[in-house]
Amino acid sequence: MQQTMPTAAGAAPARRRKERIDRGIKARSDDVFALTSYREMLYVAIPPAIPVVLLLVLPLILPIYWQKVLLSAAVFAVLAMSWDFLASVGMVSLGQALFFGVGAYVAGILDHYLGLPVWLSIPLGTLFGGLICTVLLLPVLRLRGIYFAMVTLVLPLMFERIIEATGLLGGTEGLTGLTSFPNPWIELYLIGTVVLLTLFGFRRLMTSDYGLVLKGIRDNDRSVMSAGLNIYWYKAQALFIGGAICAFCGAYMTHVQMFVGMPAFALDYSILPIATAVVGGMGTFAGSVLGAFLLVPLSEFLRGVGGWRTVLYALSLVGFIVLLPEGIFHYVRRKYHQFERWVGVEASS
Amino acid sequence: MADNQQNREKPILLRVDGLSKSFGGVHAVVGVSFELRRNELLGIIGPNGSGKTTLVNLITGFLRPDAGRVIYGGRDITGWMPYRIARLGIARTFQMVKPFPALPAFKNLVIPLFSPRVKSLAGGRYGDRDSVAKDLLEDVGFERESSVTYKAAGSLPHGYLKRLELAKCLALRADLIILDELFSGLSIAELAGIVPIIEKLMVEGKTVIMIEHRLRELFRIADRVVVLNFGRAIAEGKPAEVMEKDEVKKAYLGSEEEEG
Repeated sequence: MQQTMPTAAGAAPARRRKERIDRGIKARSDDVFALTSYREMLYVAIPPAIPVVLLLVLPLILPIYWQKVLLSAAVFAVLAMSWDFLASVGMVSLGQALFFGVGAYVAGILDHYLGLPVWLSIPLGTLFGGLICTVLLLPVLRLRGIYFAMVTLVLPLMFERIIEATGLLGGTEGLTGLTSFPNPWIELYLIGTVVLLTLFGFRRLMTSDYGLVLKGIRDNDRSVMSAGLNIYWYKAQALFIGGAICAFCGAYMTHVQMFVGMPAFALDYSILPIATAVVGGMGTFAGSVLGAFLLVPLSEFLRGVGGWRTVLYALSLVGFIVLLPEGIFHYVRRKYHQFERWVGVEASS
Repeated sequence: MADNQQNREKPILLRVDGLSKSFGGVHAVVGVSFELRRNELLGIIGPNGSGKTTLVNLITGFLRPDAGRVIYGGRDITGWMPYRIARLGIARTFQMVKPFPALPAFKNLVIPLFSPRVKSLAGGRYGDRDSVAKDLLEDVGFERESSVTYKAAGSLPHGYLKRLELAKCLALRADLIILDELFSGLSIAELAGIVPIIEKLMVEGKTVIMIEHRLRELFRIADRVVVLNFGRAIAEGKPAEVMEKDEVKKAYLGSEEEEG
């Protein structure tokens, strides 16, 4: 499995190309599924085990400050997975903040005005957050690409202004003094569990027949329609799924911060998940998680450099995208499953 | 193929009545009417830009007609959404074959097999979609036990992509199958493989509309032909008779030689 790569500089690079070959173990685990040793079983089992182990162990060993960073990274991981999911159904959303904010406010309202406990306000916030956003976006489901994106971008900004102008739901002050989680462990392990459920749930969903239909809508919606499937109904379902898990994040953060206000609709929640998903690698969900757990801590590290923080952060984003345009996860996965070697290309004449 | 006399007695499956559609100032389809009997193979021919594909889009609901009606099995389906029309059993292929390139060929059929029509026809029990898909691909000439069924659809040769499109219609268990230029870009050898599949459909009692430019191959299997020119139906009848008409000759003048 060693890579034999002739040194590039010396050996007259006349004509050569990189040949990529699936490792035998990869082929065996893909199609034939004949695993013959513990080593091969580990090859299959280790990658999905990494996020599980990390999310279980990290809360135990990190200091309090970095626990909060972990929490924030987990939230962005879920938002990014939701974005990735919607994008793979052909709905490019620039407004994850809409789902997040609506979920946050629903939970805040249930807590503040009705006094519901946390274990009710979060599920209800998730459910109604998803429903409200789906209904709001129903009229634009027919729009594709940039038009859908524009509407999703505008809606959260509009909500922010409405709350500011009318002073409803606490206005610019927001709703404060909301119930918190009983203890920080529940906080951390709840979001960790949700990250894992979303990650493995989405990965499984998209390889099921239902997921193929969803992807089909993105690739060729006319063909899906002529198969007798109502694409708007499927898009609405996808929107609800994607919206609800973002709404969960909103409702969750409401209780973590014991506060909900206009920042819940901030542009950060729309833009950062996209950067995360793109840097991590789109279409895999694991890429979104990887991206979030790189970018959010990176942003924290850069706090130390003061005013240059944003510049360095932006530069590193550019760096990732230029150097690994396919996304980090795609790159790592390729290295894991395939070995590469340089082979000479015979001249054609 | 089928005897015309026999066809007369069969019930009318599809009636198109004065269908019109214009895009801005262009009259793509103007007052086209025809009837289609069950188990008939109707060819729709005409020079480029004569409105053939627009007509298909009007029938299958991808476009809404400005005037006229489409009646299928006694039901007025004018202006219905495409998915509702498909559920009634009208399947179509697209002129531009667009498979899901990353998926293996047989997985491309999972989407039509997911259709509520298939579910209801099978009484809710349809079995494993993957194996049904492989059977369907065998029906359209993907060799069983060969790797071609499992290859990514994006890497299939053109001939197989056309068969895949046809298989999508079969997967839907459609009664009326509309083939939009299925023969275009196929070699004689590939055609020889695909024509028997259509003949078999006719034996099974399906009804087929074929939009075609390959007249010679079409005339061998079509029961009846409608000729369009500038959006109007200028002639209708048996293939041999239609080509004798002056209007048709005029419409095809100069372009006929390139065909076949």
